[in-house]
Amino acid sequence: MIEILSRSRCIECNQCVNVCPTNVFDRNVDGVPSLARQSDCQTCFMCELYCPVDAIYVDPDPEKLTGVTELHVQQLGLLGGYREKVGWGKGREPVASHDFMYQLSLKTIF
Amino acid sequence: MSLNEKRLCVDVLVLGGGPAGAWSAWSAASQGATVLLADKGYLGTSGATAPGGTTLLVIPPVARLREEAVQQRLRAGGYLSENAWIHRVLDQVEQNLEQIEQWGYPFPKDQDGTPLRTHLQGPEYMALMRKVVRKAGVKIWDQSPALELIHDEHGVAGARGIDRLSGKEWLVQANAVIVATGGCAFLSKGLGCNVLTGEGLLMSSEIGAELSGMEFSRQYAPSFADGTVTRGRMLAWSTLYDAEDQPLLQGERTFSSIPELLMKGPVYAKMDLANTAHKREFLRRAHPIFFMPLERAGIDPFEQKFPLTLRYEGTMRGTGGLRLMNKECSTTVPGLYAAGDAASREKVTGAISGGGAYNASWAMCSGTWAGAGAAKYALAQSSRADQRKPTAAGQYGLPAGVESTDTLEIRPLISSIQAEILPLHINYFRSISVLSSALERLHALVPYLKATPPSTVQGKVQTREAAAMLMVGRWMYTAALARKESRGLQQLADYPEMDPYQTHRLLVSGIEKINIRTESVPHAHELSLLREERAI
Repeated sequence: MIEILSRSRCIECNQCVNVCPTNVFDRNVDGVPSLARQSDCQTCFMCELYCPVDAIYVDPDPEKLTGVTELHVQQLGLLGGYREKVGWGKGREPVASHDFMYQLSLKTIF
Repeated sequence: MSLNEKRLCVDVLVLGGGPAGAWSAWSAASQGATVLLADKGYLGTSGATAPGGTTLLVIPPVARLREEAVQQRLRAGGYLSENAWIHRVLDQVEQNLEQIEQWGYPFPKDQDGTPLRTHLQGPEYMALMRKVVRKAGVKIWDQSPALELIHDEHGVAGARGIDRLSGKEWLVQANAVIVATGGCAFLSKGLGCNVLTGEGLLMSSEIGAELSGMEFSRQYAPSFADGTVTRGRMLAWSTLYDAEDQPLLQGERTFSSIPELLMKGPVYAKMDLANTAHKREFLRRAHPIFFMPLERAGIDPFEQKFPLTLRYEGTMRGTGGLRLMNKECSTTVPGLYAAGDAASREKVTGAISGGGAYNASWAMCSGTWAGAGAAKYALAQSSRADQRKPTAAGQYGLPAGVESTDTLEIRPLISSIQAEILPLHINYFRSISVLSSALERLHALVPYLKATPPSTVQGKVQTREAAAMLMVGRWMYTAALARKESRGLQQLADYPEMDPYQTHRLLVSGIEKINIRTESVPHAHELSLLREERAI
């Protein structure tokens, strides 16, 4: 479930509001969107992927809040970790262009 | 019509922004139709494909290889698939993949420079589809769930919905509508699947569309219990353990026994078959989305056990959906088309799951066909849709169906539906007695939809989602009880064998009262021939 939307990192582009498939965020007059319906989060990580400044952290547990802090995930290098892994963002090589999945399919026949 | 309403008239309205919706919209626009795509979420992130990825059904155009694949599917799918349709998909998907590459998808290449078009990464694929659909002139309304279809004596005439961000209601008039809203996964929190709540099936049913294959809906996916990622193929490198660290199972590739194991107690996995640094590094890089939740939870899956659960996949990895009438993917209602998981996939998957390659290829192909079919139909009409005088068809969970001033409590209603649909002991280990009483309890929930839905935007949307899930559940169990045999995804304890006399499809229709009838399939006689040979 989404746990963190960093007020210090957020540039108020509202991209998360637009892309969230389950409408978790509300646009705010003062700029930073709010997590208006946190419990509707389906833990799909799409807001993290589309956030251009790595201001969002989604915890893998879909059922309950863990209360993890921004400082903690930052220290673990988890802010933006998903975007980096899938090569999403300017100057990165997308995982799509690797032949890993092809190689994997040769190893597991389903 | 209120001032607070958005209004538009187009040739083709596409509902749903996953791969099937995107291909539908692109295809219809390519035929010269004006197209609007409305999605509950966002074209690019919505649905089962975007957060993950898909493997495609790609078989080289060698007659023998393809015929083998088709025959294999026919047998595995209990003789309910249609060879001609699988050939059609194999041909079409090749063209679509070539198209995707031309649009700029970065397929990897082998040593000879031949592109390896076997897999698509979800985020990359759907971001590209958004770009392409836009460029084709399609108008996209994100965050705009449809709530009901509108129709007249000539068939479907458009849809009404709501913009979740502004709260504005919308009305789109169109001579053709493509339902590409996905399957119904009952809010079971599989990766990206909570938007799949079945409204497309309910809306279509309210204007008389028939459904097919709803009994083939017994598919669950293994997932890290404290996460949502359901990509189970990594478990092929795992040993499964019980709570006492006793190994239960190793390197199984189908995971078919996990339900039985979970009924006895908690099940854990450890990927200890990947026993070298090289293998581990390869797997981590090949499938980052599988490892991310585990890493975030502080678990090294190669060294530590992690708890498993099964997440129900409903009609998404099941095969049932709107019945298709012809090669253009039209439904039984004039002007209404279906694509992707909202459509029945029995023609290509038969009675088994189209999970993975088949469904992904089906989404592209059926979208392409439905888009072209809908465009042709809409452009052949003598007048624009806004010349028609349609009425709104929605009833269940909408103001038109309200008979009581009591406020409808959505959360308890959804929990009551899930209590009948998600448990393994009801829906996986199916038996006549258990299914019958679950179905009775689901029927008893229908009157709750006569209470007044909350007036918030979320309340309106979620009430309709609850109504759709309830109806999909009732259709599934009605069909499951009518198919008194075990075939593919439908397994009934009382009838553990396949019955050659039931080599037909089951069509359901109607809401308050559910009607059921059979439809013959072209390859049924091959199954009876097989049995006669065996008898000799």
